Amino acid sequence: MTSLPKNKPKKKLGLVIDLDICVGCHACAVNCKEWNAGGHSAPLTDIDPYGAKPKGVWFNRIHTFEAVHEETGRSRTVHFPKSCLHCDDAPCVTVCPTGASYKREEDGIVLVNADTCIGCKLCSWACPYGAREYDEDEGVMKKCTLCVDRIYNENLPESSRAPACVTTCPAGARHFGDLGDPSSTVSKIVAKRGGVDLMPEQGTRPVNKYLPPRLKNIDKQKDQSAPRMLTHQDDSSDGAGLLARWVDKLLS
Amino acid sequence: MHPAKSVIFFTTASGAGYGLIVWLAMAALLNLLPLEAFFACVAFGLAFVLIIGGLLASTFHLGHPERAWRAMSQWRSSWLSREGLAAVLSFAPMGLLALYWLWPEQALLGQISGAMAWGSIIMALLTVFFTAMIYASLKTIPAWHSKMTVVGYLVLALMSGAMLMALLTMLWGYDGAGLFSIIALVFVLLGLGVKLLYWARLAGKKITSTAGSATGLADFGAVTLVESPHSTDNYLLEEMGFKIARKHAAKLRKIAVLFGFLTPILLLGLAIMLENSSLQIVLLFAGVMLGGIGLVVERWLFFAEAKHVVTLYYGEHAI
Ligand code: SF4
Ligand code: SF4
Ligand code: SF4
Repeated sequence: MTSLPKNKPKKKLGLVIDLDICVGCHACAVNCKEWNAGGHSAPLTDIDPYGAKPKGVWFNRIHTFEAVHEETGRSRTVHFPKSCLHCDDAPCVTVCPTGASYKREEDGIVLVNADTCIGCKLCSWACPYGAREYDEDEGVMKKCTLCVDRIYNENLPESSRAPACVTTCPAGARHFGDLGDPSSTVSKIVAKRGGVDLMPEQGTRPVNKYLPPRLKNIDKQKDQSAPRMLTHQDDSSDGAGLLARWVDKLLS
Repeated sequence: MHPAKSVIFFTTASGAGYGLIVWLAMAALLNLLPLEAFFACVAFGLAFVLIIGGLLASTFHLGHPERAWRAMSQWRSSWLSREGLAAVLSFAPMGLLALYWLWPEQALLGQISGAMAWGSIIMALLTVFFTAMIYASLKTIPAWHSKMTVVGYLVLALMSGAMLMALLTMLWGYDGAGLFSIIALVFVLLGLGVKLLYWARLAGKKITSTAGSATGLADFGAVTLVESPHSTDNYLLEEMGFKIARKHAAKLRKIAVLFGFLTPILLLGLAIMLENSSLQIVLLFAGVMLGGIGLVVERWLFFAEAKHVVTLYYGEHAI
């Protein structure tokens, strides 16, 4: 059934991505590919992988943006990982004509049933975030599964029961948890750091949140000009200490 | 959006087919035409070829055409599902109406003919409406997210159907031919108006989403993509990153207006004024052909000019 669940999921599993910390190393994208190439939605087909124009199915992609402040001219480079946001009001689910796309009532995860998907691609048109990936080879739509085959997997040690992208991030920029529970660690981080929704105007009510970069000291100063720079052709020894002046005298 | 040939063909061809059905059903309801079997074969045959050809084209464009039947299951939530269901259900009244036209003396068919005509009109219009709603309901494509999309699909379907109806009735030398030529002319004028309004809305449309809102970084200043996540085009860019140069769009709009509307207006106008029926047939035939080219260009532009908000993650600044 592609209507959204009648009882809104209380549990809302999702990711919190810290744009202040992400260093843009693509490790999460690579580990996502590695895990999911053998997981719930396997394979993640690559077309022409070693050729001139490789392309393929990836559930997580890392963009890099620059934000330049209009008044101060200060620029900031932000690495920006993006995967499915497991939206509360997921438009990709309601447009699906077959029922292949669905949102789980028990934890809010949005999944595709590859056995019933007809590959009409309409869900990819309905998603504002580009989180749906068409597998040309298999003729079905695929997407981030929130690593549903890891997070409940009793064959894995407890510490590994988290999405592949979260466990692998070397900078600790990704958090996983229940965003429907205000007392969860992730909810607290979001509240503390002012986590935001992407494109709230699209009305999708994403579960995943993004933590904006923290303000740096320089952002708080009135004078936002570049820090002082030393000139490198300084011939004067004025202001140097006694020993330095003595060495200077000896050498010059 | 990538203008896929199959979808362009599907929407224009099936639109014309459903439009033709509407006018045939009207003719049956109002007793405008004699019920001749040969005419019925050609007219309903043409409508069914257009509709079924379009539906097949759209089915083959699926990743799994053999599972297409599944698409009818989610009519409660999905416009695409409603369209599929309506398209299949509409064959019942349309088929019975065609049979009535073939064997009007058959008592049972005669009794239900009125209901079948109404059923055909409603189901044909409903199917076109559902097709349009697939596009109009997408918030992610602000160019389509408007009532103008729906009005456009309905008017253009009735317009192309009326032009076919005018040509067919003229070919058979029916009295109703004059009336259908006038109806066609009225709908071409309406179509032109709707399309000009659609483009005017596009030009004056407010910005929906920006790279700032897409990344949540608006507070930090103007947001620009500096590095794409991948070095070659992926599915998203192929499907939704289609870009058309403004000057080409302007030229193609002119072609669409000239072929799709202005030429048909001129040819239909001439045909209405003339008395010579073979010349009228030539004019109407030319009108249908050139109008068809114009409508295909119009539909191509409908896709090519529409921008998807996902492109904000790939270098667009505001949509
Ligand atoms: S991010 Fe896209 S694919 Fe994921 S739930 Fe939201 S709309 Fe659907
Ligand atoms: S591509 Fe598959 S999952 Fe997406 S809308 Fe079509 S049938 Fe549903
Ligand atoms: S949750 Fe799993 S599937 Fe989703 S982006 Fe992370 S690693 Fe990929």
